[in-house]
Amino acid sequence: MSAQDLDGGSDAETDGSGEMPKPHTIRLELVDEPGQLLAALKPISDNGGNLLSIFHERGSLTPRGHIPVEVDLECPPDRFERIVEALREAGVNVIRAGAEHFGEEVMVILVGDIVDSDLSDTLHRIESSADATLQDLSLSAREGTDEASSARLRLAVRSGRVDETLSVVRDLAAEKGLHVVEPLAEGSQ
Amino acid sequence: MSLRLAVLGAGAVGGSVLDLAGDYGHDVVAFADSSSSAVDPAGLDPSAVHDRKERDGVVGEAAPEAVFDADYDVLVEATPTTLGDAEPGFSHVERALADDRHVVLANKGPVAERYADLRALEAESEGTVQFEAAVGGAIPVLSTISDLGAPHVTAARGVLNGTANFILSRMAAEGLDYEHVLAEAQDLGVAEADPTFDVDGIDAALKFVILANVLSDGETEYALDDAEVEGIRNVPGTALDLAAEDGRTVRLIGEATADGVRVAPRLIPQGSALSVTGTQNIVQLETKHAGQLNISGRGAGGPETATAVLSDVSRLE
Repeated sequence: MSAQDLDGGSDAETDGSGEMPKPHTIRLELVDEPGQLLAALKPISDNGGNLLSIFHERGSLTPRGHIPVEVDLECPPDRFERIVEALREAGVNVIRAGAEHFGEEVMVILVGDIVDSDLSDTLHRIESSADATLQDLSLSAREGTDEASSARLRLAVRSGRVDETLSVVRDLAAEKGLHVVEPLAEGSQ
Repeated sequence: MSLRLAVLGAGAVGGSVLDLAGDYGHDVVAFADSSSSAVDPAGLDPSAVHDRKERDGVVGEAAPEAVFDADYDVLVEATPTTLGDAEPGFSHVERALADDRHVVLANKGPVAERYADLRALEAESEGTVQFEAAVGGAIPVLSTISDLGAPHVTAARGVLNGTANFILSRMAAEGLDYEHVLAEAQDLGVAEADPTFDVDGIDAALKFVILANVLSDGETEYALDDAEVEGIRNVPGTALDLAAEDGRTVRLIGEATADGVRVAPRLIPQGSALSVTGTQNIVQLETKHAGQLNISGRGAGGPETATAVLSDVSRLE
C-alpha cells in the first residue's frame, strides 16, 4: 500500500516524484581570489536553482588551502544534477553533492492506529511544521493479529534541524495517540 | 591479600559470590538471606550453606542482622533492588560504612536512587563503596570509566537489559509478536513471571542513571524520576518488519549524556555495534579524545555478576 492509496491519491507532495522544489546542500572549495564566490553562484541561478543561504567559512581553510563554502539551495529534483554539472564545467571544485548529502535524512517509525489517526494529516503537518520533506513511506499491518500497525517515514531534513523535526513528530504522535520509534543519531556505527 | 566477606542476599548473585570467593582467594565469613544467616570466622563451606538452604529454607541459625557483628572487611550487598528510598539495601550500606567497612554493591537501588546520600556516608567512613556489579553484570563498565577518568567520557549509551534485548531480537529474527516471544522467554527463564522491570525499561534506566551519576562526577545527581523511560511493549512486529526492510532494527537503547538519561526503543542499523542479539549487553562510551569504546558481554546472571563483585573486592586489597 502506498501513501497515495491512503491519501485518496491526491497530491504529489508526499510521493517524492513531483516537481516541488526540494532543498539541497552543496559544499564547494574556492580559491582565495576576488570574484570566486560570485562565479560559483552564477551556474546555480542560471540553471533554475534558488539560493537559500551561503555559509562562507572565510576564516577556515581546507587541507589544500582553499576556502570551504556551503550553499543551501532549492530546485526541482530534476534540475539538481544539471546545476552540479554546470558548477564543475565552470571550474568550481564541488566537494559533496550527492543525494545523501542534501541536508540530513531521518527515519522514524510510527506505531498505532496509523490510518484511523488520519495519516494524510499527520504527514502534511510534519512537512509543514518541521520543514521536512517526506521521501518515502511504508506501511505494515499483520492480518489476523491484534498487533498495532506501523508506518515508516523517511524524511529529508535541512541540516541541523533533526532535533526540531523529531520533536514535531513526537508532539504530533502524542496528540494522535501514536508511539514513535526514533532513530539513534549518534554512536550507532 | 585475603579479605573476609559478609554477603547479604542469597539469590543468584549472592550464592555465586559464596561459591566463587575462594577462587579469588577470599573467604565468605557471613552469609544471609532475608530470614536467617550463617556466620563462621574461619570461612563458610559453600555447599553446606546451599544444602541447608535447600533442605530447611534457611542458611543458618542466626538472624540476618548477625552478619554485621561478624568480623568482616567487605560487605557484599546483593539483596533485590528496590526503588524510592532503596531500603533495606541502603540501611545495610549505611551500617557497614558506619563501622568503617568497605561495601560492594550488586543492588542498584542505593546507587541509582540515593547517590548523593551514599557518597556523603562514604566520605565520613574509612570504607569505600564499589558498584561495578550494578551496571552490566560481568562487563567492566565502571572500571573502564574510572580508568579513562569520568571527565573524559562525554556519554554512555547501549543495551543493558538482556530480557528486553532477547525479546526484540527474537521478534525481529522470527517475525513473532511480543506476547509470543515473552511467553517463550519466560519458559526459558530469560524473563521473570512479572517482567515489568525489564520490559518497561526500568532496569535499564536504573543502570543508565547510575552511569549518569558516575559521569557527572558529583555535579548533578540523578535518580529514576529524572530519567525519560519508555519500554518495549509498544513495539509491534510490524515496526520490526519495516525497520528490517530498510536495513535497521529496533533495540531498547539507554543513554546517559549531558542532557540526562533516556531509555527508549530506537532504530539502529542492522549489524551495528549496538545491535547485539539475545541476552548480550553492550555499552558504548563516547570519549573526548579517543572516539568510541564498545564493551560487550553478559550483562546478567549469577556467576557473571559475582565476577564483577569479586573484581571490586580485589580492587580493595
